[in-house]
Amino acid sequence: MNLNGYKPVIGLEIHVQLATKSKMFSSAPNNPDEKQPNTNIDEVVTAEPGTLPVLNKEAVRLGVMVGLALNCEIPEYSKFDRKHYFYPDLPKGYQISQYDEPIALNGWVEILVPTNGERDAYTKRIRITRAHLEEDAGKNMHPEGLPYSLVDYNRAGSPLLEIVTEPDIETAEEARIFLQELQRIVRYVGASSADMEKGTMRCEPNISVRKPGEESLPKYKVEVKNINSFKFAEAAINYEIPRHIEMLEAGGMPKQVTMGWNEKTNKTVEQRSKEEANDYRYFPEPDLAPMRFTKEFLDELRGDLPELPSQKRVRFKQEFALDESVIETLLNWKDLNEYFEDVVSEIDAWIITDSSVILSDSEESQSSDPSASPQDDGKEISQDDGKRARLIKAAANWCIQEFSALLNADLANPSDSKVSAENMAELVKLIDAGKISGSAAKQVFKKMYETGGEPDHIVEELGLSQVSDEGAIETAVDEIIAANPKAVEDYKAGQQKSFGFLVGQVMAAMKGKANPQVVNEILKEKLS
Amino acid sequence: MNYEELSLAELREKLDNKEVSSVELTNYFLARIKEQNPELNAFITITEQEALEQAKEADEFINSPGDNFPLTGIPFAAKDLFLTKGIRTTAASKILDNYIPPYDATVIAKLKEQKAVLLGKANMDQFAHGSSGETSAYGATKNPWDKTRMPGGSSSGSAAAVAAGLAPWALATETGGSIRQPASLTGVSGWKPTYGRVSRYGVAAMASSLDSMGAMATSVKDLAMIAESISGHDPKDGTTGEREVPAYSKLLDANIKGMKIGVPKEYFVDGMEAGVREAVEKAIEEIKNLGAEIVEVSLPNTKYGSLVYAIVCPSEVSSNLARYDGIRYGHSTSEGGSLLDVYQKSRAEGFGDEAKRRIMTGTYVLSAGYYDAYYKKAQRVRRKILNEFEEVFKRVDILLAPSSPNVAQPLGNAASDPLFGYIADQLNIPASLAGLPALSLPCGFASPPFQGGVAESATAGEDGVLLPVGLQIIGPQWGEQKVFNVGYAYQQATDWHTKKAK
Repeated sequence: MNLNGYKPVIGLEIHVQLATKSKMFSSAPNNPDEKQPNTNIDEVVTAEPGTLPVLNKEAVRLGVMVGLALNCEIPEYSKFDRKHYFYPDLPKGYQISQYDEPIALNGWVEILVPTNGERDAYTKRIRITRAHLEEDAGKNMHPEGLPYSLVDYNRAGSPLLEIVTEPDIETAEEARIFLQELQRIVRYVGASSADMEKGTMRCEPNISVRKPGEESLPKYKVEVKNINSFKFAEAAINYEIPRHIEMLEAGGMPKQVTMGWNEKTNKTVEQRSKEEANDYRYFPEPDLAPMRFTKEFLDELRGDLPELPSQKRVRFKQEFALDESVIETLLNWKDLNEYFEDVVSEIDAWIITDSSVILSDSEESQSSDPSASPQDDGKEISQDDGKRARLIKAAANWCIQEFSALLNADLANPSDSKVSAENMAELVKLIDAGKISGSAAKQVFKKMYETGGEPDHIVEELGLSQVSDEGAIETAVDEIIAANPKAVEDYKAGQQKSFGFLVGQVMAAMKGKANPQVVNEILKEKLS
Repeated sequence: MNYEELSLAELREKLDNKEVSSVELTNYFLARIKEQNPELNAFITITEQEALEQAKEADEFINSPGDNFPLTGIPFAAKDLFLTKGIRTTAASKILDNYIPPYDATVIAKLKEQKAVLLGKANMDQFAHGSSGETSAYGATKNPWDKTRMPGGSSSGSAAAVAAGLAPWALATETGGSIRQPASLTGVSGWKPTYGRVSRYGVAAMASSLDSMGAMATSVKDLAMIAESISGHDPKDGTTGEREVPAYSKLLDANIKGMKIGVPKEYFVDGMEAGVREAVEKAIEEIKNLGAEIVEVSLPNTKYGSLVYAIVCPSEVSSNLARYDGIRYGHSTSEGGSLLDVYQKSRAEGFGDEAKRRIMTGTYVLSAGYYDAYYKKAQRVRRKILNEFEEVFKRVDILLAPSSPNVAQPLGNAASDPLFGYIADQLNIPASLAGLPALSLPCGFASPPFQGGVAESATAGEDGVLLPVGLQIIGPQWGEQKVFNVGYAYQQATDWHTKKAK
């Protein structure tokens, strides 16, 4: 995008639906997956006369945990306020929210923006203005062709944490990466499923553009709603920026409006003008006592904080030397990266046992030299290290590829899976040792996933042991060469494609069990 | 047997001794209601069938082994602001004309559990907005002492029902005088609890930071029995205190010798009727004669009470009434139109003038730019009033004052003056703003102005109208027992509370 010196200024407002059992201010269930309308309700949710809110302490705990994870200050004192407006999905005619005393203030999140070839990767700190607790509204529905609307209050009163950033974001990519990092943080803390598609995480970017040389913030901003994926967030911002630049270049200024993202047309559409600011008539909620957080409470929550994605990112790089993109994919799924670490533990345990075998060997052969041990033997260690790195890399790939695909198809978690970390490590070892081929491994893994069986048993059961025996392979190669004179001729005439064909024929003849590397070598030799 | 002349303790004894059944008592009071309500208009809904069912259950409970609760089997009336599951609850407003609540207010649920018997839903000022009973969408309630006069409000029906002996006691609510003032004007005993003593859950909210649920009866001892039955922490109301509920009625102590009692001079306002002043001064004298030490105290911020209330109350009202939007329950316009039309028409058709007046005032006061100047400042003054009470209660045990500067006025006076009651409220509002417990007890009678002279007693003069005067007893926060003891001592020594409207 050619910006001609124009500088986008982007701030985000993110709503996260907290994963509590009950609603923010009542004991009605908080279940974002409920399909039957108006079932997660009670008299408090539908605001019958005389009902009063009762604060959900778990929602407060989760909100404060996220605040701490976002490096925010947690003020000692915090309160709720009423925000008034009329809409059928808002039963009380006001939303209980927090106006001037939120539970979290002045935090930051560091994001890592990868290289795009034109510039280096960089890190950037996005400041968090505040995070506050509030309740969600229901949903209005407008059945097509019918003269009425319907309201579903299942979502009404669900606990939300609204997170507001400073306008520190300058590109759509930064916005997307920030949102992904925030999603991970919220998930790691266990505060929310933070699913954009399901609406348990919602994002509203506020976008404006500075003119070249302009230092202060622009005098307008455009809010975009109706964004339900990271992709759309990025697309909407990338749609808005040139629209603003065009207007600014023409000497005008974009209107202060709320736009809606239309995912069918890939465009934003004006929803309502914000020139007349709403007056929400905030005042302190008299039905709820203010909250006071003691130092002990906050210390306890700090102690409960899990390792956060930023910390894990650094550790994975140091300990496992994985590619950045693999690390990022692993970081997206806390359950999966925890599983992966279990697999690594199995690999490490195996390498240590293996080393001790080497140790006993060397003791036998070098008993005259008591100082000799594998730890002192640089060569032995580096060989192990090389193997360890190879196995870990393979394990990571299995986790983020085959395993993720199967789990996602079942909407399952690694912890629910029948594949134990030990068996996953075992499989990776079998492949590394050349005992099964890559394609056979996929079959084995599928069976492991279905039955929870051990990989070596499955290999045996399915007869997938890879044949590296040169004699058997040579016989097969000879047969194929004899049976395909045309292909052999073509290859010799310089057609590389025919070589692949011949390898395939050999593999097929050996029912996929031949070690492809050995087949390659023998075939090449025979044809040369 | 004239059961309406018995105290709750006496009714308790008769029920326990099987001298009367709950069904008999219930039928007795239902008959009185049927006879007198058409004229008094104290009830919006009479729950005859439910009452008889509850009475039958109560009798079964009484006849089965185990102790009865203080209120088991005793009929009562509930202000129509308390939600009653399956029984129409209107708040005396057309916007809830056909509203059948899906749940019981906590206080109602407690009384059900204790097998008390609900006779019906008492009339009141619409949404409790008013101090005459005349803003009810179901017509004004009449004062049993003089049916051309108002009973006061907003708990008008509760007060009239108890004064006329249509119910032995009644649930009522206060935001700024709505129990004490009508109790005073109808000659009954009224208790406004400490804020947070009784659950607000299930009572249509007026001003959340002020609403207190209390009761009216014919004596302090009765009120103490009611208080121990309906008070206590409610997990559904975060503003109720987690404090134990003393057995108030069993701890009553008429010995008030040496007690230090303050009389705030600011409560004897200009424009107070001479007869009222005289009756209250006489009551103070009686209490002094019982051995209490009377000291004059000053609460200079009293005069700001009504002003603070005029801001805080409509602000909270405007917010609390936002839910009546014609969407989920209550009145919804039959005219249709756009969403805005539905809101505007439903609310315009459903709310009475006083509710609209308060919604408009509150909406204005809470608007951006005005909030700091009005609401925030009012809350600061409110804090000062509270501090002033805290200071004075370091020096005295309780305060005595008139409940109202006047006796009951003719019906119609309120409607002609939108500021009606704001001046009289000065005597009630400061304690409401501070969340203090208070009583109003009958302490004599007076002739209204322009009807000649000051009456000396209830029996004086066949021609002159004599109307009840109320004595107010204010205590420190959670000081229920203290105000009950002083009131009990006073009623042990006097018989004003036994006088009945004819």
